[in-house]
Amino acid sequence: MTIAFPEPRPDVLAKRDEVIARLRQIVPGEGVISEENERRAFETDALTSYRRVPMVVVLPETTEQVAEILRFCHQEGVPVVARGAGTSLAGGAIPQEDAVVLGVAKMNQVLETNFADRTMRVQSGITNLAISGEVAHAGFFYAPDPSSQLACTIAGNVAMNSGGAHCLKYGVTANNILGLKLVTVEGEVVDIGGEALDSGGYDLIGLIVGSEGQLGVVTEVTVRILRSAEGARPVLFGFDEIGQAGRTVADIIGAGIIPVAIEYMDKQAIEICEAFAHAGYPLDVEAMLIIEVEGSDAEMDATLARIVTIAKTHDVKVIKESKSAMETAAIWKGRKSAFGATGRVADYICMDGTIPTGRLPEVLEGIDRIVKGYGLRVANVFHAGDGNLHPLVMFNVNDPEEQVKAEHAGEDILRLCVQVGGCLTGEHGVGIEKRDLMREQFNDTDLLQQTRIKSALDPKWILNPAKVFPLDAPREPLPGAPAEPPRQAA
Amino acid sequence: MTLHRPTTSAELAAIVAEARAARTPLAIGGGLTRSGLGRPVQAAAEISTRGLTGITLYEPAELVIAARAGTPLREVTEALAAKGQRLPFEPMDHRRLYGTTGEPTVGGVAAGNVSGPARINLGAARDSMIGLKFVNGRGEDIKSGGRVMKNVTGLDLVKALAGSHGTLGIFHEICFKVLPVAESEATLQLGGLTDIQAIEALSTALGSPFEPTGAAHLPAGGGEAARTLLRIEGFAPSIAYRSGELAKLLKRFGMLETIAQDQAAALWRDIRDAALYAGSGTAVWRISVAPSKAAALGAKLAGRGARLFYDWGGGLIWAAVEPAGDAEASFVHAQAKAAGGHATLVRAPDAVRLAVDVFDPPAPPLMAMQKKLKASLDPDGILNPGRMYAGV
Ligand SMILES: Cc1cc2nc3c(=O)[nH]c(=O)nc-3n(C[C@H](O)[C@@H](O)[C@@H](O)COP(=O)(O)OP(=O)(O)OC[C@H]3O[C@@H](n4cnc5c(N)ncnc54)[C@H](O)[C@@H]3O)c2cc1C
Ligand SMILES: Cc1cc2nc3c(=O)[nH]c(=O)nc-3n(C[C@H](O)[C@H](O)[C@H](O)COP(=O)(O)OP(=O)(O)OC[C@H]3O[C@@H](n4cnc5c(N)ncnc54)[C@H](O)[C@@H]3O)c2cc1C
Repeated sequence: MTIAFPEPRPDVLAKRDEVIARLRQIVPGEGVISEENERRAFETDALTSYRRVPMVVVLPETTEQVAEILRFCHQEGVPVVARGAGTSLAGGAIPQEDAVVLGVAKMNQVLETNFADRTMRVQSGITNLAISGEVAHAGFFYAPDPSSQLACTIAGNVAMNSGGAHCLKYGVTANNILGLKLVTVEGEVVDIGGEALDSGGYDLIGLIVGSEGQLGVVTEVTVRILRSAEGARPVLFGFDEIGQAGRTVADIIGAGIIPVAIEYMDKQAIEICEAFAHAGYPLDVEAMLIIEVEGSDAEMDATLARIVTIAKTHDVKVIKESKSAMETAAIWKGRKSAFGATGRVADYICMDGTIPTGRLPEVLEGIDRIVKGYGLRVANVFHAGDGNLHPLVMFNVNDPEEQVKAEHAGEDILRLCVQVGGCLTGEHGVGIEKRDLMREQFNDTDLLQQTRIKSALDPKWILNPAKVFPLDAPREPLPGAPAEPPRQAA
Repeated sequence: MTLHRPTTSAELAAIVAEARAARTPLAIGGGLTRSGLGRPVQAAAEISTRGLTGITLYEPAELVIAARAGTPLREVTEALAAKGQRLPFEPMDHRRLYGTTGEPTVGGVAAGNVSGPARINLGAARDSMIGLKFVNGRGEDIKSGGRVMKNVTGLDLVKALAGSHGTLGIFHEICFKVLPVAESEATLQLGGLTDIQAIEALSTALGSPFEPTGAAHLPAGGGEAARTLLRIEGFAPSIAYRSGELAKLLKRFGMLETIAQDQAAALWRDIRDAALYAGSGTAVWRISVAPSKAAALGAKLAGRGARLFYDWGGGLIWAAVEPAGDAEASFVHAQAKAAGGHATLVRAPDAVRLAVDVFDPPAPPLMAMQKKLKASLDPDGILNPGRMYAGV
């Protein structure tokens, strides 16, 4: 256990009964969970090696309830951790013992679908896949497609600015949101943006998206929906050398072709995914690319032909063009199950750094060196179009020493990403996992500007505390704001 | 008025720190081609970014370019063109609208979130901005984002400051994500449609799988028939196929013709720059609304004598009105608000822009949040005071 949690505040713990009673007034019925065995379901997210049982869990059904909960917690100084589906890989939704978990999962309705304007207004607890499901019959979809899309909520996607394999063409969450209903920590309901492309004044949507539950609780989201392409088809390439794969990607982009997805897998990842999904992946190559294009049949034929020609100039060893919907599904099933399949082989931590794509070969070598240095193994899957790496560092969870080594290896990998000009996280967020590494990427002045914004919108720092910012990050109380109680790391 | 012309970010930071200590408000200027934009700033000193120039990074294979803020936009677009690439958001050139002669700068484009007709498909400037270095109102040099496309490390100040018109920080370096120039493009036209029909036709096309990167409607006027325009881009065989499919899809609106490429390029430039209103002395509004609300809003404006056109790919109504009185400010803001949209007075005499809301006033809770953001970056209000809102 290398990540410190703050000591729960006795003054808050002492108020537990009072907090529960008030929450029951606001959310009647089964919306307040106070029994320990039931609270336990909320003690962690997908970063399961860390867990803390929250003081109480509340599952509101309306924005007004959310506002009342926040107003009360703000007044009482009780920490609040917003939660969607709890699939965060960065520990973003892990609570503390003195926190109220505010889950939006019950707020999962579609409020309005507007095909003429290509927008949809939803409650924030709806799952990512359900949004696309709602409009699929009309040939529309919501573009950002995290691999967790069956479970994760749009609230979590907004908080983490989630991405997916198809973001190379369609962008990430931030590029696909038009409006938000945000409840501030004081319990004010703010409508930001709406159906129009422009929102008035400062780009607060841009600020809230990716803010990891630090600045308010999102209860409604207006998303852009897009018309699906006529068809989509992947081609799979196998290479003997990593560099050949990297140069193929560079030349495709250099030729003016932007596929919808370019995914990279290394030998270890190929083996693991093939054993699980039987996707027909080549096992005798060092690197594999899955490149998907969209359009009519003729357009896809033409584009894929150009892509194949480029790959051939880099001595591609295996070329597999999908010939049917079934083959396409198999190719993607292998890739999309990478995390689950790896989980069957070993425990692992999934890192999420980004790098300038031109540095790929040297970074992959560096990762290999780092992981071997700790006596561990790694599988690499990677969004090659945009430089987002997912090294899966494998270890044995029953060996606490090995877990610590895996965490250190992960940290070294992220340091390497920053050193070559990349960043600590491309889509999973900082959460608690990368909180203490923030100084690798930002100096104290950069951090102070961020914490000033946090202080301006959450003066008591009760929203999702101990996440994103290092515990000792520089802070300044706003003039007139109450002094914060001292925080001790445990 | 003192004019500062820093050549390094350290100099820039020192000037701001000094100005803050002396409580001297600063006006920020790049090429000054948009000095007519926003509310007039009253400041004792001005900072010009024109000493901060140069492309600092360009990696065509990684689709990124970074430049210092005073770099003329033209230098960036030329460097990109030489490698067959472009800024996807098609930045507008305000010179024709304002009759100004300066050089638009990279910083001005970022500070204005300046975008053009490709926006519906390829995003606004803020969607392409991935890294930002700026000096805040305390004279601190801050960075956010970086040079990689995906980055969720900490709060996204890049987007929060895009379009902030120099009121939250003075940018000194910006990194953009770029795209290849399409191999070919075609512009298709329908003639003689009413606004209602045109918007229906454009919405149908935008809701199709054929990915238009421009959609505009120029209503009849000055003896010319109405023109409804669609632009598509891609490889030559795609263009032929998509043109055919769009013609089928839009058959009920009339015959879809293809316009000659040089004429089309000029036309899209005119739409991008609102050049239809160049030279005239009208006041100009830029109104962003959802497509389904546009025709009704347009009819109301036309009923008050406004001249209109629709940059529908950009989600915009451009309206020219008499510059007298409040230049229709109270009417336009109220109508835009009722339609769930936003209106900005893009051109009007200084006296009018000082007297009316140039940007529509946000609802009080939203305004409160904006003020908190401003206070966290520029607590003493020395950067472009009053440019966006009186008192902010
Ligand atoms: C409401 C509104 C709507 C607009 N809509 C569009 C549009 O749809 N399409 C479009 O293309 N353009 C639009 N613009 C214009 C855009 O703002 C242009 O201003 C910009 O490109 C001008 O470049 P410049 O260097 O000449 O800027 P200047 O005229 O020198 O400055 C423009 C603005 O940016 C600020 N600024 C300049 N440099 C910096 C810097 N380095 N750091 C911080 N702030 C700086 C200035 O203070 C000023 O407020 C719009 C502007 C406004 C206010
Ligand atoms: C197998 C697997 C695959 C994954 N693949 C991807 C992928 O491809 N791309 C990707 O980007 N991510 C991926 N993830 C990570 C994760 O799914 C995303 O981060 C997702 O957006 C989290 O959504 P959630 O609803 O589970 O949020 P949670 O985990 O519940 O919360 C995440 C964060 O959002 C905050 N939050 C939740 N609700 C609100 C609210 N209403 N208002 C404000 N803040 C709120 C929380 O406080 C927390 O900080 C994957 C995870 C798993 C387990």
